[in-house]
Amino acid sequence: MNNKNQSSNSIRTVVATGIGAAVIFVLMKFVAIPTGIPNTQFNVAEGFLALLAALYGPVAGGLAVFIGHSLNDFVTYGSPWWTWVITDGLVGVALGLIKNRLNVTGGTVKTMKLVWFNLYQIVVNFVAWVLIAPTGDVLVYHEPAAKVYLQGVTSWIVNSVSVAIIGTILIVLYSRTRAQHGSLKKEK
Amino acid sequence: MNSQLLIGYTARDTFLNRLSGSTKLIGFVALSIIGMVTYDTRFLLGVLLISLILFHFSKIKYHEVAFVLQVIVAFAILNLVMVYVFAPSYGITIYGTHHMILGSPDHYFNLSWEQLFYEFNLLLKYIFAVPLALIFLMTTNPSEFAASLNKIGVSYRISYSVAIALRYIPDVQNDYRTISLAQQARGYEISRKAKLMTRAKGAVQIIMPLILSSLDRIEIISQAMELRRFGHNKKRTWYMAQPFKRNDYLALIIIVLIVLIGIALFKVNGGRFWNPFK
Amino acid sequence: MVEPIISFKDFGFQYDSQSEPTLKHINLDIFPGEKVLLAGPSGSGKSTLGRCINGLIPQSYPGEITGSATVAGHDIKDSSIFELSFSVGTVLQDPDSQFVGLSVKEDIAFSLENDERSQTEMRAATKKWAERLDLKPLLDHSPQGISGGQKQRVAMAGVLIDESNILLFDEPLASLDPASGKASIELIDHLARQQNLTVVIIEHRLEDVLQRPIDRLVVLKDGEIVGNDKPSAILKDSLMQQLGLREPLYLSALQLAGVKLADCDNIDSVETVAGDNIESALQRWTAGVSLQEPLLPTEPLLTLNNLNFSYNRNQPIIHGLNLTINRGDMLSLVGRNGTGKSTLSNLITGFLKLDGGEMKLNGQDLTQLSVKERADHIGYILQDPNQMISKAMIFDEVAAGLRLRGLTDDEVERRVNDTLKVCGLYEFRHWPISALSFGQKKRVTIAAILVLNPEMIILDEPTAGQDLRHYTEMMNFLETLNREHQVTIMLITHDMHLMLEYTQRAVVLADGGVLMDARPADVLTNEAVIEKAALAKTSLFTLAERYHLPSALDFVAKFVQTEREVRRHE
Repeated sequence: MNNKNQSSNSIRTVVATGIGAAVIFVLMKFVAIPTGIPNTQFNVAEGFLALLAALYGPVAGGLAVFIGHSLNDFVTYGSPWWTWVITDGLVGVALGLIKNRLNVTGGTVKTMKLVWFNLYQIVVNFVAWVLIAPTGDVLVYHEPAAKVYLQGVTSWIVNSVSVAIIGTILIVLYSRTRAQHGSLKKEK
Repeated sequence: MNSQLLIGYTARDTFLNRLSGSTKLIGFVALSIIGMVTYDTRFLLGVLLISLILFHFSKIKYHEVAFVLQVIVAFAILNLVMVYVFAPSYGITIYGTHHMILGSPDHYFNLSWEQLFYEFNLLLKYIFAVPLALIFLMTTNPSEFAASLNKIGVSYRISYSVAIALRYIPDVQNDYRTISLAQQARGYEISRKAKLMTRAKGAVQIIMPLILSSLDRIEIISQAMELRRFGHNKKRTWYMAQPFKRNDYLALIIIVLIVLIGIALFKVNGGRFWNPFK
Repeated sequence: MVEPIISFKDFGFQYDSQSEPTLKHINLDIFPGEKVLLAGPSGSGKSTLGRCINGLIPQSYPGEITGSATVAGHDIKDSSIFELSFSVGTVLQDPDSQFVGLSVKEDIAFSLENDERSQTEMRAATKKWAERLDLKPLLDHSPQGISGGQKQRVAMAGVLIDESNILLFDEPLASLDPASGKASIELIDHLARQQNLTVVIIEHRLEDVLQRPIDRLVVLKDGEIVGNDKPSAILKDSLMQQLGLREPLYLSALQLAGVKLADCDNIDSVETVAGDNIESALQRWTAGVSLQEPLLPTEPLLTLNNLNFSYNRNQPIIHGLNLTINRGDMLSLVGRNGTGKSTLSNLITGFLKLDGGEMKLNGQDLTQLSVKERADHIGYILQDPNQMISKAMIFDEVAAGLRLRGLTDDEVERRVNDTLKVCGLYEFRHWPISALSFGQKKRVTIAAILVLNPEMIILDEPTAGQDLRHYTEMMNFLETLNREHQVTIMLITHDMHLMLEYTQRAVVLADGGVLMDARPADVLTNEAVIEKAALAKTSLFTLAERYHLPSALDFVAKFVQTEREVRRHE
């Protein structure tokens, strides 16, 4: 790619980050889907993050969720819970790293790729929510380990399931809307 | 339509409004970091007191923030209860002594002054930054926010991403409302009545149009910005940036002093905890 | 000899993603200070030509260029969007995407911020342009707090601040109410003269743009220039319809009365058109047509009684509104932006909750029904089809509402197929929605609502952004639905042609209530109402007045009646 196109791409990353953050904020704030377990909800925002990161890469993915999540914490809890906000940003980065392998814009994503994507995201979410976030809470906030690790495991499950269901459906639907249609015929 | 965030900036004539956004941002970040790390009760109480005094001067009305405060209190209580349930003797471990109120340290569930004191510190940590955050949010013009981020060293591209987020949140919010109602009219559901998978699918169908139209928007806005020369130069200036004035320097000096006191207390206490039990 | 400022020589362009070139053999010179209107149906390549002028092609849209094109001395092949942006200012179609600042003043100064100008310079320049464009009182407003017309003025200020001498407008009338559209065209004209700008306007609504003089009309069709002359010369050929453009109404009326356009002078404006026999021809025609009293439906379907609604207590949007919609009505709901047209439809569909008042459908209290239950009776179709579509395939999208209501597969299939046939989509039923045009997508969203068998549908700007062919198809389709399938239709619109030619009843909203409820011809000949509701006088009315016809109202009504008869027999 030449220089000029790179500058367009960097602007697109800036805009994708901003609009992505706005969408994540709105989804976190207004779209609550009860899972049936008290106080636990589907994280629709994490599902959207998977698509956003797959489309625009690690920088946009990571920053968008970092900004969206902090803004949401600001207006709901008064102040961001930094360890979790940062962890969420790292998840965005990790999900963005597989942009080229997943290649959502190149037409319908095959089942094998989806399976592989889901294994990857479960591992990413495990590292993020079971290892990084609670460890951060213990180190920074000095909260008791048992409590934060339980919260971490819960988040891992909820977020993995959200990405597995919502993220996968979004990716499939999106890639289908981008599919090439060479051989369409009218039917009587 | 309601275009504001749930809590948001209003122009008030106070010295806090007149401080530059960068000063407030540095102050908020510096104080919340030092407060996050330290467990010195005296320090946390001191910062809380200062922030409450500032809150008073900011002329923010209680009813403007009442809802947020309720959420915060509920969140704090829930966490404190969870901490107790999972580690009722954690205070004893930290402070190394046991002054019992109920039960004995040998039982899993017991109540000690150490635990109460630890949880009190935790409570302080949950809430001390709240008045600061509210002041920051409600006295900083969102237009100035991106300029402030850029000024304290964040790249202007990232700073502008934040500006775009703030600019389009009200639009996305309105779109979401319209789209989700139009979809609900067709019968999509996310309520508890439906099965888990139905709910998840319903949610995707409801938000799908929002997501696709937002992605289209990314392309058009990128073009609009490129046509107006965004992103070509290494730097950019900001119409809304506020230069530092005397009060800003004064405020920064006070912030540095507070942070230094916090750090000095680590030395004095020989660690992050102030231990009144010894 | 003056050099052209924009020059295309045997120019062609093919997008990488397409198999055919979009532009072919374009030869076009535009000279400094010229005001050019670029018209053509959708798919004609007019927007692509615009992108070549501001450099988005080939920078953002890669593709293959043949021939040559220069803009302000730059060869577009090897100049960047950045370089061209100093010479060409672009005002995009969607004012919300162009407005990237958090407030009016920041948005006006946006390009200067990117040029690293000092705050003092930016303040001075912003002040200057805000004054010229009458934006001073709005400087601190957020984009959410101003109207579409005001946003467009902000966009203009934001590009004029660069002092570039070419201005490019991409469909500037698309999202404006008629009065704002007219103001916009006047402002463009004024600025062009004052600043000695070269102006290129891409638009398919000829009549609205021609309210102010245009130096040259360039018509594109299938990627080629098929007309390039003074507007009057092209209009005289009366080829507009064949070229896929809507002919100005007053010209259609003249032809109906038997006037030969070729014999007329100054035909590019209704204010100046002149000819020896116009007056007698119009008099003769209007005397020869007898008005039939149309049979309007009378059985009430939806009764709204003393409705009240406000977002905040101090500013009621709807205030004591009364309206009865009859079964079989095809009516248009018009009024200034922000007078509550959308609010009213949101109240009817239950998207918003009434503060007070009565709503009855067939005598049943509507306020007791949920959003979903109301949707079984009253369907609402949003302006942007992309905001309603959530499936990849057409059949699934239309079937969704029925499946969610628990119908059997056979029943779903039967009803979906029937609806698709009505909507002319049956042969596409297994296509992905993404392969459809904008107008077809809109039809899919209508089908997805019709399949639920509502007694009434509400459509928000059903023809926005569509060219004449798609517009006519859509409106004929809605007319058929209304006449043959007895669906009551309410259209929310800014399009005066649409209201005049396709609806039998016009409801004008203003000040929270119904200002006028009458035949469209009555509304569009009532100057007080036109003024108050930001509508636009139809050129037929001006024509009738200029040629001293006995009753302008009768003339307009007779014209509409005749057009409708012609349409029915086609």
